Amino acid sequence: MTGRASTLEIRTAPHVLSGYGVDAIMFNVVVALLPTTAFGIYVFGLPAALTIGVALAACLLTEHAVCRVAGRPSTLGDWSAAITGLLYGLTLPPGLPLWMTALGGVVCIGLGKALFGGLGRNPFNPALVGRAVLQAAFPVAMTSWLPALAPDRFAALPPSTLTLPFTTPLYDVVTGATPLAQWKFGQVLTDSGALAMGMVSGSSGETSAVLILAGGAWLVARNMMSWRIPLAVLGSVALGAALLHQLDPAHYAPASFHLFSGGLMLGAVFMATDMVASPMTALGAWLYGALIGVLTLVIRTWGGMPEGVMYAILLANAVSPLIDRVIRPRRYGSRGAPA
Amino acid sequence: MDLLGLKTFRHGVHPPEAKDDTRALPIRQFPFAPLLVVPLLQHIGAPALPLVHDGQEVMRGASIARPDGRLSVAMHAPASGVVRRVALAPSISGRMVPAVYLEPFPGSTQEVAEGAPCPLDAAPAVILAAIQAAGIVGLGGAGFPTHVKLTVPPEKAVDALIVNGVECEPYLTTDHRVMLEQRDDVFTGLRYLLAVSGARRAVIAVEANKPDAAAHLRAGLPADLAATVAVELLQVKYPQGAEKMLVTALLDREVPSGGLPLDVGALCINVATTAEIGRLLPHGRGIVERVVTVGGPAVQRPGNYRVPIGTPLRFLLDTVGLSGDVNRVFLGGPMMGQAAPSLDIAVTKGVSGVIAFTDHEAARATRREYPCIRCGYCLDACPIFLDPAALHALARNEAYPRMAAEEHLLDCFECGACAFVCPAHLPLVQQFRVAKAALRKAAPAAMAS
Repeated sequence: MTGRASTLEIRTAPHVLSGYGVDAIMFNVVVALLPTTAFGIYVFGLPAALTIGVALAACLLTEHAVCRVAGRPSTLGDWSAAITGLLYGLTLPPGLPLWMTALGGVVCIGLGKALFGGLGRNPFNPALVGRAVLQAAFPVAMTSWLPALAPDRFAALPPSTLTLPFTTPLYDVVTGATPLAQWKFGQVLTDSGALAMGMVSGSSGETSAVLILAGGAWLVARNMMSWRIPLAVLGSVALGAALLHQLDPAHYAPASFHLFSGGLMLGAVFMATDMVASPMTALGAWLYGALIGVLTLVIRTWGGMPEGVMYAILLANAVSPLIDRVIRPRRYGSRGAPA
Repeated sequence: MDLLGLKTFRHGVHPPEAKDDTRALPIRQFPFAPLLVVPLLQHIGAPALPLVHDGQEVMRGASIARPDGRLSVAMHAPASGVVRRVALAPSISGRMVPAVYLEPFPGSTQEVAEGAPCPLDAAPAVILAAIQAAGIVGLGGAGFPTHVKLTVPPEKAVDALIVNGVECEPYLTTDHRVMLEQRDDVFTGLRYLLAVSGARRAVIAVEANKPDAAAHLRAGLPADLAATVAVELLQVKYPQGAEKMLVTALLDREVPSGGLPLDVGALCINVATTAEIGRLLPHGRGIVERVVTVGGPAVQRPGNYRVPIGTPLRFLLDTVGLSGDVNRVFLGGPMMGQAAPSLDIAVTKGVSGVIAFTDHEAARATRREYPCIRCGYCLDACPIFLDPAALHALARNEAYPRMAAEEHLLDCFECGACAFVCPAHLPLVQQFRVAKAALRKAAPAAMAS
């Protein structure tokens, strides 16, 4: 008799698994973000590279430190902190003082994730928690933008980048305005083609809608991302914007402008789809996505700020548990027989 | 509906089929073990009462135990030999059950004792009694006494009889081979089933990965069955072979929660059970063996074998060759099969497969756990539309009564689809079983109702 038979392993079925885990999903999201990241660095140069790098490092170090303090094995290997770091870095204006970037990174993981119990427990998208804190604390720095494709972008750093902690950064005249701000405060409409390609001022990750959509499509094809949420967000924004534009074209920007400007694309594809903070049912996903779209449009159109994606997603995150509580799968056999 | 227009149910998963090793291998007769252990409880219900004593010589096929009440079936000697003792034996459940230890004569043959044939035109009660006397239980794995299942209460009527040849579990190819090699037995069994159930029509359901079996059945459909029996190909999807999923796919009806297919006019019988009825009843014989897929990467000569009931797993696996790095052995398929705690357990009537995994496959199914990330994959997998993530959260807090009351735990039939897709590798099925056991302990009466 074969010797090993005395040590049979007893486990509950199933004895086979689908093959990919949380770490694989998270890793694939990181990979899907890489083209967008690379393009952001190409458009904004060294400042973007530094901002994203510091954001990523701050998130990873905080995650590791939190685990050490809690006496748990490090959870860097699940790649979720890397997603947060990357996404957070992509939402920041390139050239943001690096100490602010680092501070926000600590907030992302510390306040946005670890405080709630780590992966799977965060009610809000951690990257947006960090960004929201920065937006409230440093409104000027968070809305000072570099022009796209500046000729010396790989050679020089704007002086603001290396500002010492807790000092006020100085901005010079090269600072650009985002297309959303140009529209909001000057009724200047940027061409949608340039928006879609990403050759405009903005955060590093707010640039190329094409690359963001490609990354999202890749994840959807691998069943690692909800397709309903981005579709609901973008669809509701497009529908609402088109309706308003029809009513008064002088006051309301066209749908294509809304779709491709600001953080909407990045938010709809990569932020709103955070599995932990979004509903689990199909109908819930539609509702949640539509809520984000409507809130974004409302803030952009009638709010005090040019951009509203971040707050729209955070608010919808807050509603997500309620959606999951109200929208339940219809249990098999609760209908009875039609015959 | 998929591109081919094949019927199916909603949700479900697609585990690797892993049937290539054995699907083309004809059924082969398995030799007798030196000592056969025939448990007297191989079904849901009461153990059969032994009719033999130590030292008694019995002929293969002779009745060695009689049913103890209605929810019980007869047992037959799987080989001609000597009863060594009637004593307790280990079972897959971990409990000891009464069993007949039978030592086959040297050179014992396949010759089998026969009794009075059961005519097709006999009264339903007579056919049901014959099925019970033949020791027939659900061969798909459930092990529910078939004569009980076939007894239609007077207030209900069977509109459609479903013969289940889906075999959606990976690795298993027994039903596939039975359909190919025992077509006439299937049709004979079907005639008995139509007679006792009063069904006006029958559907033989075959998953689309067995088109040869469906074509073979269609080509041989006898004239007397042609008008009432259809062979239907179903989409390949797990758990297509579960009764509720079959009823939904074929009839577009939902079995009510806590109910049976009978509540919506359907009756599902496994195709191997059907074939066994057709094989045994015309000769007054009882079950002495069953077709088992012995396979998995730790098995050196996988195949479909007609294995005598009571063959110990140790003899079975030694005979087909077991590799040294065997890690776990389970009975049935990998999605729902129970792991054997030892190889002293015997093959019983409900064992459709004996699958052995090496350390390699076991490691692939034993991944590091992550926290639930609320991805919702489990909701999309659950064929009965439960919320396994919510059940998991409640189970972590041992809120078992709430699992039953709010999340309908008792509807779960443990198909394992949720645990299969869970990227956090949470032991969902295990948690649900623990919860059910705790609830049974707390309120046995409530669970039974």
